[in-house]
Amino acid sequence: MSDSYIFRYAAIMVILVAAVLSAVAMLLKPAQDKNVAIARMRFILESANIEATAENAIELFEKYIKEEEVISSEGEVIAIYKDGKLEKGEVRAFDINLKEELYNKSKGKEFVLPLYIADVDGRKYYIFPLQGRGLWGQIYGNLALEQDLVTVGGSQFGHDKETPGLGAEIELPMFELQFKGKKIFDDNGQFTSIKVLKGASKILSGDQLLHGVDAISGGTITSNGVSEMLQTNLENYLPYIQKQKQQ
Amino acid sequence: METKEKESLFSAKNRKLIMNPLNLDNPITVQVLGICSALAVTAKLKPAFVMALSVVIVTAFSNLVIAAIRNGIPPRIRIIVQLTVVAALVIVVDQVLKAYVYDVSRQLSVFVGLIITNCILMGRLEAFAMSNKPWQSFLDGIGNGLGYSWILIAMGIVREFFGSGTLWGYPVMPQFMYDLGYKNNGLIILPPMALILVGTIIWIQRSKSRELIDKS
Repeated sequence: MSDSYIFRYAAIMVILVAAVLSAVAMLLKPAQDKNVAIARMRFILESANIEATAENAIELFEKYIKEEEVISSEGEVIAIYKDGKLEKGEVRAFDINLKEELYNKSKGKEFVLPLYIADVDGRKYYIFPLQGRGLWGQIYGNLALEQDLVTVGGSQFGHDKETPGLGAEIELPMFELQFKGKKIFDDNGQFTSIKVLKGASKILSGDQLLHGVDAISGGTITSNGVSEMLQTNLENYLPYIQKQKQQ
Repeated sequence: METKEKESLFSAKNRKLIMNPLNLDNPITVQVLGICSALAVTAKLKPAFVMALSVVIVTAFSNLVIAAIRNGIPPRIRIIVQLTVVAALVIVVDQVLKAYVYDVSRQLSVFVGLIITNCILMGRLEAFAMSNKPWQSFLDGIGNGLGYSWILIAMGIVREFFGSGTLWGYPVMPQFMYDLGYKNNGLIILPPMALILVGTIIWIQRSKSRELIDKS
């Protein structure tokens, strides 16, 4: 077989395969998007300590998430979504792509942030979506703060392709439950993010223990990614938190 | 005429293509291929089943496609062609899983993508599909896929039952067993125990089919 035959063969094969794959991807996109939205609802609920399944996620989300707010970089509430309709502003927090907003921030452009307020049987949670980088790809999560906006009431972490058995363990309750009761401000009201450290429960003492959790063995880069994610994402919300506290 | 046609489709020789990989030529226990995913996704029955089904589909159709175009494939780039076909099929399977069984797709995480590098696939394509007719290759693919599948499903059942006391997510271990002090075996959920389980299956199989034992 001649070289030109090989080239023609390869070219035609690649174009054919590409066409088939694009068609499949386009066909399945609506169903996949719906699944992703449901998964995000479950994650948000999970951080507020509500276990939802794929079937009841939409229902529970409507029940417990009382308010969705869009926050400007100065900490102003620029949009409110409540009881199934927009009360203020033009965009629903759930429709904001946090990754894009963080990219805008890194480019020095204007950005907005999503925030969810949950009411679980009288307990109020402020839920902050998080977005960061692990070892192989993106990691994300939600951190729920209690009404005092200092104490962590719950957390949820997820990843796209961290190493199974190592970094991927951040999505397990074993890791997530450590965050409950930790604080993101110290006694003087200074912002002190929660660090994910090797042997945190051994090397930290006293008040420091409120700002550190145990990392995952063999998942150092993912663990550092979680620390970094908490630090940078929560920082963005500081103006909002200060404003809320003054009220 | 019609019966004759059927006869030739599932002749003794063709049936062997499906039956052999289930036991005497099993890809996992005899050829020891595809072990990685067999250890990783069998802690629960449901992901094991979905993984098994995905592998059957990919082995069957990649064999079929490659056998159908085998005479046109330039020998010098045949591995690339095989990989392209396998990769395309795996991507389709992955997309379908994401659209219809999102939870399981998340549990399987990287392992669906890793079907591409599953040795069973390339092995069958090189050893069988490149030199056989499409129908036979299709059967061979199904056979090898099923050979892989039943081991995965057997392991999934054993590991989920003893590890979590459930099957397909439903609790089956009666409550009074827990009341009597029975505990789920956490060790069996970990990959090392899966390896021991594969070893046990190989042991049982060889004690029954002595021809598999090396003479040396």
